[in-house]
Amino acid sequence: MESLDHLRDEILRLIRQATSLDALEQARIAILGRKGRVTELMKGLGALEGADRRERGQALNLLKGEAEEAIGHAARRLEDEALRARLAQERVDVSLPVRAEGDGRIHALSQTIDEIVAIFGEMGFSVAEGPDIEDDFHNFAALNIPPEHPARQEQDTFYLPEHRDGGRKVLRTHTSPVQVRTMQSIAPPIRIIVPGRTFRSDHDATHSPMFHQVEGLVIDEATHMGHLKGCLIEFCRAFFDIDDLPVRFRPSYFPFTEPSAEVDIGCSRDGGGLKIGAGGDWLEILGSGMVHPKVLANCGIDPARYQGFAFGMGIERIAMLKYGIPDLRAIYDNDLRWLRHYGFLPLDLPSMTGGLGR
Amino acid sequence: MKTTLAWLKTHLETAATLDEIVATLVMRGLEVDGIENRGKDLAPFLVARVVSAEPHPNADKLRLCRVDTGSETVQVVCGAPNARAGMLGVFAPPGATIPKSGLVLKQSTIRGQASNGMLCSAAELGLSDDHQGIIELPEGLPVGRRFAAAMGLDDPILDIKVTPNRGDCLGVRGIARDLAASGLGRLLPLDVSPVPGRFPCPVAVHLAGPDDKACPLFIGRLVRNLRNGPSPRWLQDRLVAIGLRPISALVDITNFVTFDLGRPLHVFDADKLAGDLVVRGARPGESLAALNGRSYALDAGMTVIADDREVLSLGGVIGGESTGCTEATRNVYIEAALFDPVRTAATGRTLQVQSDARYRFERGLDPDFTRPGIEIATRLVLELCGGDPSEVAVSGAVPEWRRSCRFRPARTLSLGGLDLPAAEQRRILTALGCTVNEAGDALAVEPPSWRGDIEGEADLVEEVLRIHGYDHIPAVAPSRDGALPKPALSLAQRRRGFVRRTLASRGLVEAVTFSFMPKKLAELFGAAPASLGVVNPISADLDQMRPSILPNLLQAAQRNADRGQSCAALFELGPQYRDDTPEGQDLVAAGLRVGRTGPKRWDDPGRPVDALLAKADALAALAAAGAAAESLQLVAEAPEWYHPGRAATLRLGPKLLGYFGELHPGVLKEMKVDGPAVGFEVFVDHVPLPRSRRGRAPLKLSPFQPVERDFAFIVEAALPAESLLRAVRGVDRKLVAEVRLFDVYTGTGVEPGKKSLAVTVVLQPEQATLTDEALEAFAQKLIAAVEKATGGTLRR
Repeated sequence: MESLDHLRDEILRLIRQATSLDALEQARIAILGRKGRVTELMKGLGALEGADRRERGQALNLLKGEAEEAIGHAARRLEDEALRARLAQERVDVSLPVRAEGDGRIHALSQTIDEIVAIFGEMGFSVAEGPDIEDDFHNFAALNIPPEHPARQEQDTFYLPEHRDGGRKVLRTHTSPVQVRTMQSIAPPIRIIVPGRTFRSDHDATHSPMFHQVEGLVIDEATHMGHLKGCLIEFCRAFFDIDDLPVRFRPSYFPFTEPSAEVDIGCSRDGGGLKIGAGGDWLEILGSGMVHPKVLANCGIDPARYQGFAFGMGIERIAMLKYGIPDLRAIYDNDLRWLRHYGFLPLDLPSMTGGLGR
Repeated sequence: MKTTLAWLKTHLETAATLDEIVATLVMRGLEVDGIENRGKDLAPFLVARVVSAEPHPNADKLRLCRVDTGSETVQVVCGAPNARAGMLGVFAPPGATIPKSGLVLKQSTIRGQASNGMLCSAAELGLSDDHQGIIELPEGLPVGRRFAAAMGLDDPILDIKVTPNRGDCLGVRGIARDLAASGLGRLLPLDVSPVPGRFPCPVAVHLAGPDDKACPLFIGRLVRNLRNGPSPRWLQDRLVAIGLRPISALVDITNFVTFDLGRPLHVFDADKLAGDLVVRGARPGESLAALNGRSYALDAGMTVIADDREVLSLGGVIGGESTGCTEATRNVYIEAALFDPVRTAATGRTLQVQSDARYRFERGLDPDFTRPGIEIATRLVLELCGGDPSEVAVSGAVPEWRRSCRFRPARTLSLGGLDLPAAEQRRILTALGCTVNEAGDALAVEPPSWRGDIEGEADLVEEVLRIHGYDHIPAVAPSRDGALPKPALSLAQRRRGFVRRTLASRGLVEAVTFSFMPKKLAELFGAAPASLGVVNPISADLDQMRPSILPNLLQAAQRNADRGQSCAALFELGPQYRDDTPEGQDLVAAGLRVGRTGPKRWDDPGRPVDALLAKADALAALAAAGAAAESLQLVAEAPEWYHPGRAATLRLGPKLLGYFGELHPGVLKEMKVDGPAVGFEVFVDHVPLPRSRRGRAPLKLSPFQPVERDFAFIVEAALPAESLLRAVRGVDRKLVAEVRLFDVYTGTGVEPGKKSLAVTVVLQPEQATLTDEALEAFAQKLIAAVEKATGGTLRR
């Protein structure tokens, strides 16, 4: 019988010579197609007998397998070459500027409020709210500030027109009226904070006619001045993210608390700049005290049984201190450059588990 | 409240340093606002003698002075008209910093003559406004001595912030008393012994106030045959140090007693009084020409002191010009009275008079110190002006001030958090002037006459804590019920956060604007009811509570445009106001996009903002607030500040959820805002809360292949796209999974007045793969349904 060696050389040469995938396909058809060289020889097997047939069949099958493998190799080689050639042509100018996504920002005040809520939330406080337009009772009288009280004169109040009954509404001068509303509506234990807008008729470099405060109120049967200290020290250290931040409590006076305390945090003013932290100097940041028994009574809570503390602080002030915002008035100017510079990314949601900031 | 250290030490015997005193004051609630250490600023300045003063050879107005500085004699060129040989002046050597200007003095040559220092005026040293000439010092001061020390100006001035409850510390002695109670020294005794009168007081006083509280006590005394003139140096220096102007001995004495002892007094020139004095309510039409040179129209409710002719003085507020004391005064009537704090405050506030007397009366005086006050003042008058004192005439009586407070020392721990032995607490209260007695299981504490602010147990706890020191209260970490806190925010509150962060993630920048705005703007945006006008606005353009947030955002956008920041995209989440009740305040998310979608870029030329951009913002905000877009109803009408044809209202059943659209060009023009501008207002809190906390509906995923088919219809140009989409969705709600509008076309191939709307319909079979026949049947059904609903025909 004719040896297959010659055919084998021919087939492999054919495959080797194919320089494109198309040519390779032509070669495959010529070898393994319906009328291909190997296929034709396979057809001739029927004419053989016995051992010849078996021997010849095995040899042809080997050849076929060899051809298929060679075609496979060639195809992969040609595909690689074609891809390399294509990639050599394809280019994008990677230096082109891309679309700036998400140019939006969260205002520094909103972010600061979210931080405050995250910290006090962890201490079991919930957020309460009340109206910006208040009556005399909630803003003053219930808080132990009678009409001619000197403390009332010190809060430059915005008034709305007199009603027919002689009463007139005010723009709340602090968030404290929400203490009153809360104590009137729910029974102790109470543990709330109240971030919100407040208004005083004062406008200069350090005063804005509208500003924000956060109020805190804890009422139960056992909370005392030591808890007030503990709560506010924890807050200050968490908010400013300084573990050893000195916090000082100084006697002071507010009509609605007794005893009252102003709270200072440590800072240094070396070299003209203000830096929060241990540094020998002090910076006042909030007012606090044990809720005055008269206030409890005014709100329908028995002062012989219940007691607790309250505090209030300016949100602008602590935001400015924390984020190095130099000018109060710029906070309300809404200059886009300012908003972007001091603003926060929408996904920067502060939490105590995830951290207050980056 | 100002005092000097030396003044304080006239009441307090102490070895404490200034720093110790300041630290103690601060931690006792007497905040020290400032310490002015003039000795430091004035350290380089010396007492010097002008040995000679010759004309300057090259200048008419200048003189060449030879000045003996104690250690040498130097030449100084001086321009002061009063520079003359023999006088004592204040010499500034080269290198000294002039307090007024902050400049460092250098050796110089003035018109060819060397000048080795300077002779100073009072203005240059920051001591007064007098820059007429150089300071002439009194004879007797040693040449070469430090000027500040020689003149007693090296005494540090403390500026103490006294809280409204501590009227007792509006006198230097009160501050000394607190320091002594704090263990910082000994309170020196005060001579309050009566000055014997030599004759009965001839001025009768009638108390005829509207009630007993207006003026419960009025003590008067005449001093005859005195000589009023400038007060002595020590008194002038003290007054000047705390910022008062010396006037005459009699007036200076009243000011001194006011600041030294917290006891305001008034002095009348007795020769100008006509008849008896009466303390009564002012009558309508009366007025007072006051000592400050102004005239005040009085009304009922103000307490006045009058004689037979006219009103002489406003009790506790200010005295009158007509009976004021002058250098010519020979006979003086001294008044020490008690006036009602509330009325005094109201009078001062109505007339806008700030006086040292009013400041003290409205904070409450020591009622028991009225008589000592007038005795001390009399002694000073006799000492400085001579004269014969009358007996004191007392009208009314010291009101009862004694009261007993029940005090349980255990409250210092249970309220104050400080575990302090009861004995120490008693010691503190006693040191503060309280009388402390046992009363069963508690103490009966009687506060002193000067502490009208102590009313109950909580006040006493504060006193104990204050004197012992807040620093000693151990901080206790706040405990909470259970290991986990409840969420701090309610669902409604959380939704606002979602809305805020959703809008910011859409490229809008959050703004915070004022709750008030100009009335005119409010009128453009709905309403400016009188009930929401601010009576005393800080400025005319902040006089109305805002009915909408948009005008503030528009103004902010225009301010930005004026600064070259065009294409503002802003939002605010905040209140707006319908009326002055608590329910009349709505929480609104409002947003604004102005100009173009963005600056032109290589891959995006940008385009003018349009109403649908605002729609997308509004829908995103509502979705974040819990209202899915598909559940909303949209009505193509909106309030008058929107474009009538390019805006809409969003509702959920009966609830108004918001508006969006292009802003009315007329409004923009009125506001001088460069358009176009589109905006939205979403009432975040109007979105209903879910009735119950539900899980998600079960998800059914079909195993069969979804099929997409496109259809285009020719419809009337005015047809809302939504009506076609609704018709398509309604063909087979089970089968139609999604309908996407992918083309809106007018122009060639579509007749005028018509438009082509093309949709992709996604069909999702659930029972079996869709056959060609089923698809064809669906298409026919769809075409018929659209035709029926919209009159549209399939585009071929």
